Amino acid sequence: MKPFAIDTANGICAALFIFLGGFFALQSLGLEVGTAFRMGPGYFPLVLAIVLILLGAIILVQAVRFESEPIGHIAWRGMLFILPAPIFFGLTVRGLGFIPSIFLTALIASFASGRMRPLTALVLSAVLTLFAFLVFSYALGLPFRRFGPWLPAWLAL
Amino acid sequence: MELLDNLALGFSTATTLWNLLFCLIGVLLGTLIGVLPGIGATATIAMLLPITFQIGDPVSSLIMLAGIYYGAQYGGSTTAILINMPGESSSAVTAIDGYQMAKNGRAGAALAIAAIGSFFAGTVSTFLVAIFAPPLTAIALQFGAAEYFSLMIVGLVSSVALAHGSIVKALAMVVLGLLLGIVGTDIYTGTPRFTLGIREYADGLNFVAVAVGVFGVAEILRNLENEHERSVMIRRVSGLMPTREDFRRMAAPIVRGTIIGSALGILPGGGAILAAFASYTVEKRVSKNPGEFGKGAIEGVAGPESANNAGAQTSFIPMLTLGIPANPVMALMIGAMIIQGIVPGPNVAIEQPALFWGIIASMWIGNLMLIILNLPLIGLWVKLLTIPYYVLFPIIMAFCSIGVYSVNTNIYDLYAVAFFGFLGYLLTKLRCEPAPLLLGFVLGPLLEENLRRAMILSRGDPSTFMTRPISAGLLVIALAVLAIVFLPAVKKKREEVFVEEN
Repeated sequence: MKPFAIDTANGICAALFIFLGGFFALQSLGLEVGTAFRMGPGYFPLVLAIVLILLGAIILVQAVRFESEPIGHIAWRGMLFILPAPIFFGLTVRGLGFIPSIFLTALIASFASGRMRPLTALVLSAVLTLFAFLVFSYALGLPFRRFGPWLPAWLAL
Repeated sequence: MELLDNLALGFSTATTLWNLLFCLIGVLLGTLIGVLPGIGATATIAMLLPITFQIGDPVSSLIMLAGIYYGAQYGGSTTAILINMPGESSSAVTAIDGYQMAKNGRAGAALAIAAIGSFFAGTVSTFLVAIFAPPLTAIALQFGAAEYFSLMIVGLVSSVALAHGSIVKALAMVVLGLLLGIVGTDIYTGTPRFTLGIREYADGLNFVAVAVGVFGVAEILRNLENEHERSVMIRRVSGLMPTREDFRRMAAPIVRGTIIGSALGILPGGGAILAAFASYTVEKRVSKNPGEFGKGAIEGVAGPESANNAGAQTSFIPMLTLGIPANPVMALMIGAMIIQGIVPGPNVAIEQPALFWGIIASMWIGNLMLIILNLPLIGLWVKLLTIPYYVLFPIIMAFCSIGVYSVNTNIYDLYAVAFFGFLGYLLTKLRCEPAPLLLGFVLGPLLEENLRRAMILSRGDPSTFMTRPISAGLLVIALAVLAIVFLPAVKKKREEVFVEEN
């Protein structure tokens, strides 16, 4: 029997909470803390951050006592394609415009699954873009630029 | 009768053509997304939330949101019965016997029983909300800052008690949620806090972005872990009408389920889930042949479905009267209210009677629409079940991106979606429940404001929370709840309950 069997999930979990607590605590110290009577902007978050660190420490202590349980599958491919999709949309929606941006966003997200074939992805993204255009831009009239300034002027009708 | 006057106002608000239309759209959209496997009610609402903001009128938008909620719940029970895949833990209980009924060729009857039970429960609990909301509002109006603070503590502690898994982790999630909730400009001094110097976060993190990330995106990632074929063995659902024997057997469980659900739904922290489970246990205990449970007992569908719907409905009571969310869905409703410029709390009933009673009336109308629409449309929902998952999530991602962006046209909200999607997924992998985090996020600013106000009023004396009787009583409740969940016997029992539920 190993003396230090740390449960992976709980160990990471504890580290995460302690790290986040530390972040908020440090940031709070940079703010005016004030007194209990007149609390400054840093008072309440500082208290919370300390509590978070303490809870993280308790989880860490518990993690040492328990046997390790496997974390299971991690959706690496999913994260690689799903998470950048909204970021890409944010980066390009003003420059490229709503229509090209949403098409590419859907296309990126499509590749998160190993089962998606390129042709299906293209067709799906195209249909989706048409639908989004009709619903959001045409019917609901959201004030999005359909084609942005990064594209040649003749497109921006 | 004041009650009748109020209900009349509510129904006249809810039955205007526009509001009926939005209620219908909400119910349809909610069911549509809710039947997509693996997407629970909370994720559905988080994803559809931005659409409701496109409607200028807060009343219509909240009515639609409520419609989405019932629709999503109904959709969740449909997937539970047809493919044994409950979208939300509250319909996990339905899956036990519902799926067995479907296997025995009685899918139609199971779906009809679920719908009828839900409708009955919905009708009763709508009246309960109408009866109990006004007196509670009157009490809540007496509340000062100290009482509010203590009340929110009760809400947060209960959400911890009802979360799955480790209590310490759930507590940590609440605290993290509170911290994330107070990101943004400090209301008293105007100092920006934790914004990392990004001006776009000065108004705080966008609630919709956090909800979509933690519930929507994280859920997609979880589903992508192991994609396997779903077997939909029921291609056609026939025999919708329950037999006379069915009606005889389901009447009592529906009534019992409604009572259990209504009582437990008011509890903060996810009463509907508990209600469904409690109802199943009760039905199994009173049944003459308990051996039938788990093999397709009608009572095992009728009871929990009624309980779950009644609980969902009565969980509006603390939300509407006190502004305290009883579950993550109510947290989403409160977030929606705040975005629409309504301050949740007891003043809503007085300042916006049309909104308050309109929502209550639309609950019943939404339930009626569900029963009328969904039984004939069941064929369509079954078809939706066969859509492969890899086609769904690009659509969901695209619409979530548009939706979140459309709330404030702030591109930083989209970066927040990605960040909270990652954080949400990471935390689920580390076996932390996201629901307490969202509750903390919504309550963070309110909690801080009331704490600071109470301390200023008491001139820095923290004993104010204990010397004011209502506040003291609430804190004692919070402490008792916390003490109970840490009791070894309860802790063990609690683990058993959640294991069985999973």
